[in-house]
Amino acid sequence: MEITVKVNGKQVTREVEGRTTLSTFLREDLSLTGTHIGCDTSGCGACTVHVDGKAVKSCTLLAGQVDGCEVKTIEGLAENGKMHPLQDSFKEKHGLQCGFCTPGMIMLVSDFLETNPSPSEDEIRHALEGNFCRCTGYHNIVAAIKDAAETMSA
Amino acid sequence: MSFIGKSVKRIEDKRFLTGKGKYTDDIKLVGMTHAHIVRSPYAHAKVLSIDTAAAKAHDGVVAVFVGSDIEGIVGVPTGWQVNFKNGDTMKEPAHPLLVRDNVRHVGDAVAVVIAETKEIARDAADLVEVDYDVMDAVTDPKKATAPGAPQVHPDAPNNICFDWELGNPVEEVDAALASAHHVTTLEFINQRMIPNAMEPRSAIGHYDDALDKYTLYTSTQNPHLIRLLLCAFVLGIPEHKVRIVSHDVGGGFGSKIFHYTEEALMVWVSKQINRPVKWTSDRSEAFMTDAHGRDHVTTANMGFDKDGKIVALKSDTFANMGAYLATFAPAVPTYLHGTLLQGLYTTPLINVNVVAAFTHTNSVDAYRGAGRPEATYLLERLIDLGALEMDMDPAELRKKNFIPAFDGIEQPGYQTQVALQYDSGDYQPVLDKALEMVGYEDFRAEQKKSLENGKLLGIGFSTYVEACGIAPSAVVGALGARAGLFESAQVRVQPTGKVSVYTGSHSHGQGHETTFVQVVADKLGIPMEDVDLIHGDSDAVAFGMGTYGSRSLAVGGSAIVKSIEKVLEKGAKIAAHKLEASVDDLDYAEGKWTVKGTDRSIAFGDVSLTAYVPHDYPADLEPGLDFSSFYDPANFTYPFGCHIAIVEIDKETGKVKLKRFIAVDDVGNVINPMIVDGQIHGGLAQGIGQALLEGAIYDEGGQLINGSYMDYTMPRADDLPSFEIDRTVTPCPHNPLGVKGAGEAGCIGSTPAVVNAVIDALWKAGHKVKDIQMPMTSERVWNAMNN
Repeated sequence: MEITVKVNGKQVTREVEGRTTLSTFLREDLSLTGTHIGCDTSGCGACTVHVDGKAVKSCTLLAGQVDGCEVKTIEGLAENGKMHPLQDSFKEKHGLQCGFCTPGMIMLVSDFLETNPSPSEDEIRHALEGNFCRCTGYHNIVAAIKDAAETMSA
Repeated sequence: MSFIGKSVKRIEDKRFLTGKGKYTDDIKLVGMTHAHIVRSPYAHAKVLSIDTAAAKAHDGVVAVFVGSDIEGIVGVPTGWQVNFKNGDTMKEPAHPLLVRDNVRHVGDAVAVVIAETKEIARDAADLVEVDYDVMDAVTDPKKATAPGAPQVHPDAPNNICFDWELGNPVEEVDAALASAHHVTTLEFINQRMIPNAMEPRSAIGHYDDALDKYTLYTSTQNPHLIRLLLCAFVLGIPEHKVRIVSHDVGGGFGSKIFHYTEEALMVWVSKQINRPVKWTSDRSEAFMTDAHGRDHVTTANMGFDKDGKIVALKSDTFANMGAYLATFAPAVPTYLHGTLLQGLYTTPLINVNVVAAFTHTNSVDAYRGAGRPEATYLLERLIDLGALEMDMDPAELRKKNFIPAFDGIEQPGYQTQVALQYDSGDYQPVLDKALEMVGYEDFRAEQKKSLENGKLLGIGFSTYVEACGIAPSAVVGALGARAGLFESAQVRVQPTGKVSVYTGSHSHGQGHETTFVQVVADKLGIPMEDVDLIHGDSDAVAFGMGTYGSRSLAVGGSAIVKSIEKVLEKGAKIAAHKLEASVDDLDYAEGKWTVKGTDRSIAFGDVSLTAYVPHDYPADLEPGLDFSSFYDPANFTYPFGCHIAIVEIDKETGKVKLKRFIAVDDVGNVINPMIVDGQIHGGLAQGIGQALLEGAIYDEGGQLINGSYMDYTMPRADDLPSFEIDRTVTPCPHNPLGVKGAGEAGCIGSTPAVVNAVIDALWKAGHKVKDIQMPMTSERVWNAMNN
């Protein structure tokens, strides 16, 4: 089937198989390899992207389901070369180590902070529960999110 | 310019934060095919027949291979030989790339399908018909050695790989235990863990027939060792014709140290089809085939005198090797576990016995800490339980038994009863600091009061010492290692004074691109922007032994320092020539050589330019400024620390809530405190995960029944508190940076602290249970309170 999707602000039209997931479409068809695949049960969240502004696990959607939608990936988060405050805070607070879960974490939280601009630590930890990180013990991810929330609401 | 000791933000972060990281599965090569591996659904079965006709006929399939197609290739080897205590040779059955006779664990590889796309390869793999004759399986290492147990390999009777012993004569230890005032005995299982690096393993084989050269892109912690094993032991191809590339690797935790069958298989397949071929594990395959960790069944006894001094320790362990020996498997329960059972105590008599057993399960090898968490768990559970049984304070009991402070310079290193000599240690300050952070006296008062109000609070301690900076080659060679464990480094100063550093260490989250650059820029007195680190490419880096065992800075960093010293020594000769002074009259600081007591100086960049444009140059000196070094450490390094957990148990459900976690670690000198703290945090989460949440479960038939993220409960953000951490600094006396290694400490100390806290809470409430099997689920804790 043919789909037309606006990805990171650019309209693309591609022929895809019915079974192609959004994560595979982004990685294989569009070479947007910043979206990572860490599992096969929607358990890890490494593939999180935005579809029409909402954070979703791109392995749980078929490419065909996003026909006509707007998709934003980690590659499209910085605007005009300026990093999103979360990208800055993750660096500042050492919220990443191997980097594999990082794009999914940031895409998840950039949506979360839209709905909850000044979350408590408990709310942050609850919001992160669909995304695994095996490196940081979450300590510095939580610190980075608090830091970004402060920057964004300042 | 001083960079050492500063929390410099990471250089590597930008690419990861913008989606520009380059993991193996991100690589696409022209003409690349895709592999899917047909794996056994049974733990133990005879392969009667494999019919690949339908798969081969499927549109888009390039080739299908089975074990008989790769006759002559024995399989992947192990890198360590541990013999029986009676001198008999370790049993070492072959680990074939594709099995030819029997499958020996769920996930054992039977066939590989190569196709134009990943999807076609998967579709066609479903068409491969394998006829199995299913047999009984054994998964427990102790049961595996019992008479009549199903046999994994015909040439390993009773499934015993080796039966090994270390320490003082068992008769002496038994006699000391028999006459001890009190003996604490514990039978326990240190359960099997699944490492779960977030990036699934991936390998791309690419044979280039025009160059007659092979490239293997692979998610490894250990590129050069993979090349050596692949060439010399598996495929027999010439080492200079093989390049191993591992750009960005999404976590390892041990599981990406080893040479896996899939790596050799992709290289071999690429040659057969003369096209590149990629295999990327899905998470289910990762659960089944990434080498697992721990899996010890242990009985241990610790004897005390009437004052609480430990008089003897004896431990008997059955260690699960899985079906095949992975690269470092034999070393983990022996030289990385038995040798650590001195702990930080003055125990005068220690006997360790380890029987390593084959079972119908996936291979077990190094997982973060590798043997040292098992040793720490054994010791720290025993001493905490001993304190409860003798009604003594667990902190005071430890203090009575600590080895007195020694710096390894004024005072000699501490010779243990179990082969190792500790380099330096000062153990009481980490405990004192942790007690202060936790507010120990206040906590005990709160605990008492809470109990009156029906709340169960507990505190658990763990004081540990570990061995890092792996390892002096001569020592490990004498202990059975088939490799040296040095490291190499090249410091190439470019004509303009910019510096490229090549290291055999491999960064997969540890931040070497920052820490190592800090060291180089600091020592050369130049900006960090002028230094770049190159790793993970065997064509670029001379040699390397990879990253594991918290060795990178202690061994790899020391190799870099050696090369820097050579650069500065030669640079001084050039500077002396240009300044018309004697080398002895020069000082080097802030990136320039200065004639002492004058303002005459020459900058680093001018010296490097002179080295490459040697018009006016010392007559007896070669041009260029580029030095390689190999560093073989004089000893292991011995970090230590104290971890304290505070838990609250819900009486109605048995659910354990980890309320606080305090860690005071001493990892020697610290180059980048931010990165060291991050390493500790991550280790803590994994160690706490073992205590409360994680563990592989094989059923009696050998099925891995929790092999997915729906079933294997890895810690999520809301399972953990923010950690309270601090450190003391006792420098390593034998390496130039004084560093000891920080990668595993968090995972080594934390597990027993959490279990001890739960046991403490239960004892204080009158439930005198000795042990609760990890992970301590609410069901297990509830049963402990109610049975």
